[in-house]
Amino acid sequence: MPSTITIFVNSKPVPATPETTVAAALLNAGITTFRHSPRHEPRSPLCGMGICMECRVTIDGVPGLRSCQTLCREGMQVQLEVEPA
Amino acid sequence: MSAPFDITVVGAGPAGIAAAVTAVESGARVLLIDDNPRPGGQIWRGDWNSGREGDWLNRLAASHVQLETSTAAIDERILDKGRKLILATGARELFLPFPGWTLPGVTGVGGLQALIKGGFDVANKRIVLAGSGPLLLACASLAREKGASVMLVAEQSDSAHLRGFTASLWRHPGKLIEGARLGLSLLGSAYKTNCWVESAQGREHVESVQLRHAGRTWQERSVLLATGFGLVPNTELAALLGCHVEDGAVHVGDWQQTSRPSIYAAGELTGIGGVDKSIVEGRIAALAATGREAEARTLFSDRTTWREFAAGLLRTFAPRPEVLSLAAANTPICRCEDIPLSEVAAHGNWRDLKLATRCGMGFCQGRICGSITRALYGYGPNSPRPPAVPAPIQALLEEREL
Ligand SMILES: Cc1cc2nc3c(=O)[nH]c(=O)nc-3n(C[C@H](O)[C@H](O)[C@H](O)COP(=O)(O)OP(=O)(O)OC[C@H]3O[C@@H](n4cnc5c(N)ncnc54)[C@H](O)[C@@H]3O)c2cc1C
Ligand code: FES
Repeated sequence: MPSTITIFVNSKPVPATPETTVAAALLNAGITTFRHSPRHEPRSPLCGMGICMECRVTIDGVPGLRSCQTLCREGMQVQLEVEPA
Repeated sequence: MSAPFDITVVGAGPAGIAAAVTAVESGARVLLIDDNPRPGGQIWRGDWNSGREGDWLNRLAASHVQLETSTAAIDERILDKGRKLILATGARELFLPFPGWTLPGVTGVGGLQALIKGGFDVANKRIVLAGSGPLLLACASLAREKGASVMLVAEQSDSAHLRGFTASLWRHPGKLIEGARLGLSLLGSAYKTNCWVESAQGREHVESVQLRHAGRTWQERSVLLATGFGLVPNTELAALLGCHVEDGAVHVGDWQQTSRPSIYAAGELTGIGGVDKSIVEGRIAALAATGREAEARTLFSDRTTWREFAAGLLRTFAPRPEVLSLAAANTPICRCEDIPLSEVAAHGNWRDLKLATRCGMGFCQGRICGSITRALYGYGPNSPRPPAVPAPIQALLEEREL
């Protein structure tokens, strides 16, 4: 079994593994809206491979990072512009 | 100042790995970089287990190739890293817009596959896959293996085209085909040809998908819709470095050389063709770049085989006219800037479109919408400006001094 670690999404603990991308960890936690478009439509990962930028979030204070291209690390702080439901 | 490496390879997919391993085995000092945290490209990402992928990944791990992941080449500074450059930046998916395609829960087909490989748990989720090409089957069988309920795989290509193509497959026993065969046998009646998505419904997330088949439309309840209509090469970096790009792919000669001296290109970047074409082109590029032309020449006939296969793929899975006109007036074409079809349709070329609407000026820099306008209207971005990967990660890259 892969070891379990904890990341924090808007300060709430979310379980993950070091092999999991941040995008996958958010989806697994039931988070469907990663951000909003200019006309305030909900958006979530599209390409899964670093091209579309729809999955971008703030990680450890750095905004605009692609969650699909970033692996989870113990204690990582992920900030979404919207409170996860 | 002399370059620290003999050869720099950009992209650690099958093409780039084959190139880097071949070059280092020729005694060259090789740097291999990839934007992704793990090597392997779209197909082998982190898959060390068995078979050919394991072989190449293990050869890479055992070699003296200097591998730098989570590192992207974004501009001409990549040229300072080595004396010669091999570009193997691969491909991305072609998305075609339809009402609802921006809803959460709608992903690419390769996109869903990548998310699953990244740890997304799809067990017991209802999934519809709709689009075109063998990737639909590869993704469907992966999703099934992971416990998802694959409700339907909708292939827009017609059965006559597919039959011709399948009949020619026995000559090409590639991985993709194995995957496709496996997918077909697993899916049975869940696989429909002449079938395509018309729209996705839901408020904050996909709830159902409207499909069309043989003149009939119906809605399929689903929480995930994976959609994609084939692949398009990632030519931005090559174009930025001045390499000649033709029909959306980097133009190369016999030795995989581009129009720029000392710059080679291999894999999906030179034309979509699958993993075997990528590997053989990567090997040829590396052999040529290290002065082993005679050995490179022995691989030419393999390359011809895979290029013919690629041409067959393109013919078989070319989008039908109906799937090019699914978007409604208010369907976003440019997702970054939320620009609907009604505003995009009014312009005759990419430059005017961009100046008038900001289409292509958002975070993806025209990678998604530019491929769409090219498919729909025949024009798209052709003069990329730095950076060659989306801007916000530039900060991250500069930290790594590339
Ligand atoms: C999403 C997706 C899923 C696919 N799944 C399958 C499958 O299941 N089976 C199959 O047979 N084929 C699949 N394919 C087709 C696949 O492209 C080929 O089979 C094979 O992976 C091609 O190898 P490649 O080395 O040419 O390109 P890729 O595998 O695409 O590798 C290119 C690499 O370059 C990196 N890169 C791109 N630009 C830069 C840059 N500027 N700086 C640094 N790194 C960069 C990318 O991160 C990537 O890792 C898929 C394609 C896509 C787009
Ligand atoms: S999902 Fe497209 S960049 Fe992450």
